[in-house]
Amino acid sequence: MDHAQGRREFLKTTGLISGLVAAGTPFALIAPARAWAVELTALSSAEGRTLMAVTRTIAPHDRLEDAAYALVVKGIDADAARDPALRALLVRGIAGLGPGFARAPEAARVRALQAIEHSPFFQTLRTRTLGSLYATPMAYAYFGYEGEAFSKGGYLQRGFNDLHWLPDVPLEDAGPVPGT
Amino acid sequence: MTQIAQDDDGAVVIIGSGAGGGTLAHELTRRGIRVVLLEAGARQSLESFSQFPPQAFVQLTWLDPRTQSGTWTVKEDYPTLPSWTAKTLGGTTVHWTGATPRARPWELRARSTYGELPGASLIDWPLSYEELRPWYELAERRLVTTRRHGNPGLPASNNFKVMYAGAKKLGYKRVHTGYMAINTRPADGRALCIQQGFCVDGCKTGAKWSTLYTEIPRALATGKLDLRTECMATRIEHGADGRVNAVVYRDAAGHEQRQKARLVSVACNAVETPRLLLQSESARFPRGLANSSDQVGRHFCHHVGGFVWGIFEKPVYAWRGATLAGLIEDETVNEPRRGFVGGYHLELVMNDLPSFPLAALPSLGWGRGFASVMESYRNIAGMFINGEDMPRATNRITLDREVKDRFGLPVPHVHVDDHPNDTAMRTHAQAQGARLYEAIGARRVVRSRGTPATHNMCTARMSADRATGVTNAYGQAHDIPNLFISDGSQFSTPSSANPTLTIVALALRQAKYIESQLSARQL
Repeated sequence: MDHAQGRREFLKTTGLISGLVAAGTPFALIAPARAWAVELTALSSAEGRTLMAVTRTIAPHDRLEDAAYALVVKGIDADAARDPALRALLVRGIAGLGPGFARAPEAARVRALQAIEHSPFFQTLRTRTLGSLYATPMAYAYFGYEGEAFSKGGYLQRGFNDLHWLPDVPLEDAGPVPGT
Repeated sequence: MTQIAQDDDGAVVIIGSGAGGGTLAHELTRRGIRVVLLEAGARQSLESFSQFPPQAFVQLTWLDPRTQSGTWTVKEDYPTLPSWTAKTLGGTTVHWTGATPRARPWELRARSTYGELPGASLIDWPLSYEELRPWYELAERRLVTTRRHGNPGLPASNNFKVMYAGAKKLGYKRVHTGYMAINTRPADGRALCIQQGFCVDGCKTGAKWSTLYTEIPRALATGKLDLRTECMATRIEHGADGRVNAVVYRDAAGHEQRQKARLVSVACNAVETPRLLLQSESARFPRGLANSSDQVGRHFCHHVGGFVWGIFEKPVYAWRGATLAGLIEDETVNEPRRGFVGGYHLELVMNDLPSFPLAALPSLGWGRGFASVMESYRNIAGMFINGEDMPRATNRITLDREVKDRFGLPVPHVHVDDHPNDTAMRTHAQAQGARLYEAIGARRVVRSRGTPATHNMCTARMSADRATGVTNAYGQAHDIPNLFISDGSQFSTPSSANPTLTIVALALRQAKYIESQLSARQL
């Protein structure tokens, strides 16, 4: 992008959430840099931090980087920038949780969300969190999921049947492994 | 490609290109009958299939708006998506998992076998298993089904090793890698399975049978097929004689077009098929086409579903390998002492990581309980239930007059109340699945509710008595001789079998019938 466009994009930014990738975690191996920052265009920084806390409360993985949750928020923010009704839903919902939500202990955050579990605000965030948190390279690395396999020849020679803590299946109930 | 003029009234028009429509298109064109094939979705290819599951889902899934009601859990878990079918050339044969068991002989006599069940609308099929069997055999040869006709089975994946060990502890006898339309060796111009998973995202090697790269290109090669993708049928018209004579559709640009027809086959899956018939109401047929019996859209069946996930101390890596290559047949029996009639299959399954939370754990909620399952993702083995659900006259597809699609047409409304028999079967099946995993040391078992309906059936069912169904034993409408139903909508009852093989068998049989009727000038 050219400088002028970059500046316009920057001026449209309403919020920023940022952090550091912890060394020694799976994500540190694939992260392009230790510091990360996500620009928001529909929500403020404080609103972004509250949403991040909501996503982490919905799907609490203690050793999963904040950056993974920040990407969920980034996706929601991008949609809210295009969809005024979604933005209004989020802003109202965030306001309802109050300014202390992001820093509250987990038990208090859980109670607050349980109280609004059936609201469109919460249901939207639950669906968005569960639908996108696990669809990133960070999540793949964290959960040990191998992702796309076609380009590597699938798992036929790479462990589709490498489980050895149970007996093998007799051939008559399965079939030959091609190439063996 | 052959072009058939819109005012040419000598061609058969088939609506939908999946297991039913795609197969019928090939069978008619290879007999020299000219066909216009309308497909609402776009054309993908082995190259264009995405390996990023959220993207693949959007690429292949029928996402046009639908509404729903009823007590089934899908309404609560997936309010905007009652059924999970495909909108792409090849239809659901692009995203299916390749399981091709047959219906059982007694399942085709459901009413006689199970008796009168309160709240159910069972009938017998108007054709016997003996009549269907040669067509099953032909379909299996066409699809190169494993474990049939001398074809070897698929090799055992990690996920199946877990299922097998547990099943044997429980004393199950009929446990194997399934009857699968997935190549174990190159065959039928298709490659072999490389055990990569991603079956539901479109098979990038073509090891899994799909009309997209089998029946449809073969039909094109006959020179008798005019294939029109991104063309959504909106109405079937008829003449003063009461016979259908044209199909109105929207083309890729959204413009209305009208194709004359000698005969029309509807194969749009069991939500859109009745929708199209109902939408085609006229002065002569005020309740919609083929609906003098008021049966169109009723008896919607979707199979008793649900998951069982076993979490183990050691890794399973269950996402590796053909998704559904594992089957337990021991519960596919009718033993009312279990507390329900009909039977179920237990079938192997696993989801990719991005899809797992929403597709596999819809009822697990959120927070620590949910997250702890995800933390064990590598150590999870999985299965799902595929059981016969009870048809009910009130479980039905209707037109929602309040909600309109992008063409201004009423969207389909899906209403489903579980029958008590369905609930009892699900409870039994999930208990068996849990026992199976616990028998080999699972440290935790998670039962989860089912996905949106992937098997949609019976909404324009065949019946011996024209008052209780929509078509005869050939899928030919009781009311309109040149109107045929060619998908799972024509099933009289759902059986416990994954529906694709039966759809293909019926389409093969129907094609021969249509040919003989056309040549005898009966149509």
